[in-house]
Formats: sequence, structure tokens, C-alpha cells
Amino acid sequence: MTTTVLEPAIHGDRVSLLRVLGPAHVWALGVGIVLVGEFTGWNFSADKGGALAALIVCWIVGLLYTSVAMIDSEVTSTVAAAGGQYAQAKHIVGPLMAFNVALFLVFAYTMLEVSDAILLGDTIVAKAGVEGLTHNSFIAATIVVLAWLNYRGVLMTLNVNFVITAIAYISIVILFFSVSPWTQGAVLKLNELVTPGNALPYGWIGVIAAFQFGIWYYLGIEGTTQAAEEVRSPARSLPYGTMAGMITLLIAAAMTWYVCASLMPWEYLGITYYPLWDAGKLTGSPLLENLLFIATLLAALASANGCINDAARAWFSLGRDRYLPSWFSAVHPKYRTPYRSILFLLPIALAFAFIADLNQAITFSILSGVLQYTFMSINIMMFRKKWPLGTIRRGYTHPFHPLPAIVLFCLCVVTFFAIFLGFGSQLIAMTIFYFLISLWFHFYRYKFVRRGDQFTMPWPKPQGY
Amino acid sequence: MWISLSYACWGISVVLALWMLYDWFKVDTTYSEDVLTSSREGELEAVSEKHRI
Repeated sequence: MTTTVLEPAIHGDRVSLLRVLGPAHVWALGVGIVLVGEFTGWNFSADKGGALAALIVCWIVGLLYTSVAMIDSEVTSTVAAAGGQYAQAKHIVGPLMAFNVALFLVFAYTMLEVSDAILLGDTIVAKAGVEGLTHNSFIAATIVVLAWLNYRGVLMTLNVNFVITAIAYISIVILFFSVSPWTQGAVLKLNELVTPGNALPYGWIGVIAAFQFGIWYYLGIEGTTQAAEEVRSPARSLPYGTMAGMITLLIAAAMTWYVCASLMPWEYLGITYYPLWDAGKLTGSPLLENLLFIATLLAALASANGCINDAARAWFSLGRDRYLPSWFSAVHPKYRTPYRSILFLLPIALAFAFIADLNQAITFSILSGVLQYTFMSINIMMFRKKWPLGTIRRGYTHPFHPLPAIVLFCLCVVTFFAIFLGFGSQLIAMTIFYFLISLWFHFYRYKFVRRGDQFTMPWPKPQGY
Repeated sequence: MWISLSYACWGISVVLALWMLYDWFKVDTTYSEDVLTSSREGELEAVSEKHRI
């Protein structure tokens, strides 16, 4: 097997996205999107089922996302194209599935970006404590400045994400070691706060309900695949960056739960918007309090930054295949970014950030994410069936197939049930929305698609065709 | 201080938004639509990755 690396498309002739990223950027993209979930979001699972339920879902949902990371790594190391799961669905399942998956991606990332911006604005307002100060200006600055950064180029965007994600992550590590985690009773009081009497206040149904927010420990790690067309070596960088990101997040989630559950009663932990910042305050150290405040802002920034990157690439890919007007597929001749897609999604994010509330935005993001994970479990089964091992080149082959796909599918079903318990009407509304938009695509939009051109991977015919 | 920061945020947002709109206009009037939308999925992949097992 021989592999020759070519130079990117020549400027002035054809304009394409730039292949300039490495595994560290992939890590920064994935962990950057997710890490905000440790600073807020995961703790609402304690409200649903108690502190122990938050720990149980931390591990079980961790299993779900480990399956996601493994499956994604295998397929993306083979289908290395912007759009990530959209390009996978197009080649493996079909155009209608691909269209839906792209919409899941755009919704999940745009709504997550909106949630991040609202969180950042609210955190600054809470810190300031000034009467008359609203979060609107901070929301606008977050979304516009990050859109500008994304507009100017992917390398700087993800370099910035790497630095701010690393600072936010290190702050969790510093907090963990500052509270003497090896000694209970000095600062931490886990044995007093989590007792057999209050560990699972609502029983096992509370654990099921906790899945809805347990997703926040890791939501967005699959976003690494959107960088597929901009990494220098997709077959190596994507699996490496995604797996390293998942390991990083599992460690961060465990440390976060341990510190927070040992400092706050579950009744408070389940309703606060700032579990780690509150933990910093409860240590009594102004240094830790300020560090965790800054880390909360940085985590929100990193997440919004990665989300703009990913949503724009998914939208750009839809335009390039004419699933949407090809106008969206323009690449900036100087910065080599999908600039029209970035600019198109900017006012949409601003509008949602100003009119939607945090809970609604988070729920839409989670719902779109879980729909996408359900697709991935089906997708990998079809991928292995149509192109068994040995028929095409894979950068990474995930182990124990089909076990991860089955685990992923089962956990998605449980999560849907948990979301139904908490936000049943939104779940139904969103399902109806995707059904109607699918009808529009099938009966109206698909006639504009150049059907042969959309399948670009140089693979042999699938088995059975 | 926080109120001033809030005004600064509005200012930065407006300036950067206007800059992006200006650059968008400049690019769209300088380059042809065929060049701007010339990116193709898998183009590099098709040439650089030889799928021979």
C-alpha cells in the first residue's frame, strides 16, 4: 500500500479548505466543545436522581461516548471529508439520512453555541452583581468575536481553542489537588453528603432520568470529525485526537463529580448553574474562586468556538453537494474558510441567544445530539456489512464489533426515554420537524442534487450490490 | 467598570461584524462564483489515498 501526500489545491485555480491541523488541534476541537459540560450541565443530573445517580450516569454515559469515539474514529478515518457524520451517512446509508444528520449537526452545535454564550453572559453578570447590567452585550461579543476568529482561519481558531481549553482543564486539576482528595474530612465531606439514605433519593427511575443531563459530561466529542478535511493526516490524527480527548474527558468528569459531590449537598448541586465555580468558593480560597470563574468563561468560549467551526462545516458540506443552494459552499480565497456559512449562521445564533432561554437551547442541542448517536450505531453496522474489513483502507479499526454499536443503540434508547420524561413535548415537536423537513428534501430539494457527484470516496462497490 | 466593559463589548461586536461584511462584499466582487465554490469533497483523498489492500 502506498500513500502520497499532495499539496492543497492551488490558490487561484481551485479554492479548498486548508490541510494545516494536527492531532492537538483535533483534541482542542473535541475537548473544547465538551469541557463546558463539566462547568455546568452535568450537575442537573443530581437533581433528577441524586449525587450517586450523577456518578452512575458519568460512567454509563462515558461508555456511550467511548462507543461513539471508537465508531467515529473508524468511519471518519475512512470518510475524511468536511461534514463528518454527514459525509459518512451520505456514503453509507443514503442522501435522506445524510440530510437529516447534517441538520442534527447544525442544530446540535448552533444550540450549544447559543447555550455557551448565554452561560458566559450570565456568569459575568453574576460575578459583577451590578444592577442594570444585562448579559446581552457579552452574548453578542462572544458570538461575533468567535465568528470573526473562525472567519479568519482554522489554524488560529484551533490554536486559541487549544490554549483556553488547556487552561480550563488545568484549573479542574488544580482544584482537585487543592482540596486534598486523598483525605476525607479536611475539606471534602463525601461520607457526610452522600449517605445510603440520600444517595438515590428517587431510586433507579431517578438514575434513568439522570441520563438526560449526564450527556453533558461528554456532549460534542464527536465534533472532531468536522476537521477531517483540514487535518494533515486524517487517518492518524482523527482517531488519535478523538481517543485522547475521550480519555481526558473521562478523567475530568470523575474529578469534577468527586470534588463537587464532596462539597455540596445534592439538593444544591442539582440546581446550581456553576458547580465548579461554587466548589472553588466553598474551598474558601479567593485564588481558587477566581481561577474557577475564569475557567468557566474560558470553557464556554472554547465550546462556542468549536461549535461555530463545526456547524459552519456541516452547512458548507450541504451546500457543496447542492442539498442546499451551492452559494453556501464558497471558500474564502485568502483565509480558506467556509466564510458564507459562518456568516449565515451568525445572526441565527444571535437571534436564538437573545430570545431562547438556556434550558430550551440545551434541550434542543441534546436531542439533536442523541438522534445523531442513534444514527451512528446503525451506520457502523451498515458500514461493516457493506465494506467488511480488508475491502477498503481504514486508518483505525475499532475492537469488539458489534458490541459498541449495540451498547450505543441501547443507551440512546434509554436517553430518549429520559428526555421524554423531562421534555416530552420538545422531543415530539423536534421529531415532527425532522419528518416535515425530510418530506421537503425528498419531494422538492433532491431534484437539484447532482446525484453521481455526491459520492466521492474511491471505494469498491459495496457487498451485495 | 462592568458597565464600561458592556459598552466595549457592543463596540467590538459592531466593528468586527462590519469588518466581516466589508470583507465578504470585497471577496464576492473580486472573485468569480466558480472560483469561490470550486471546492470538491474527496478531491485530495481520491488522488492521495490509494485504496489498494
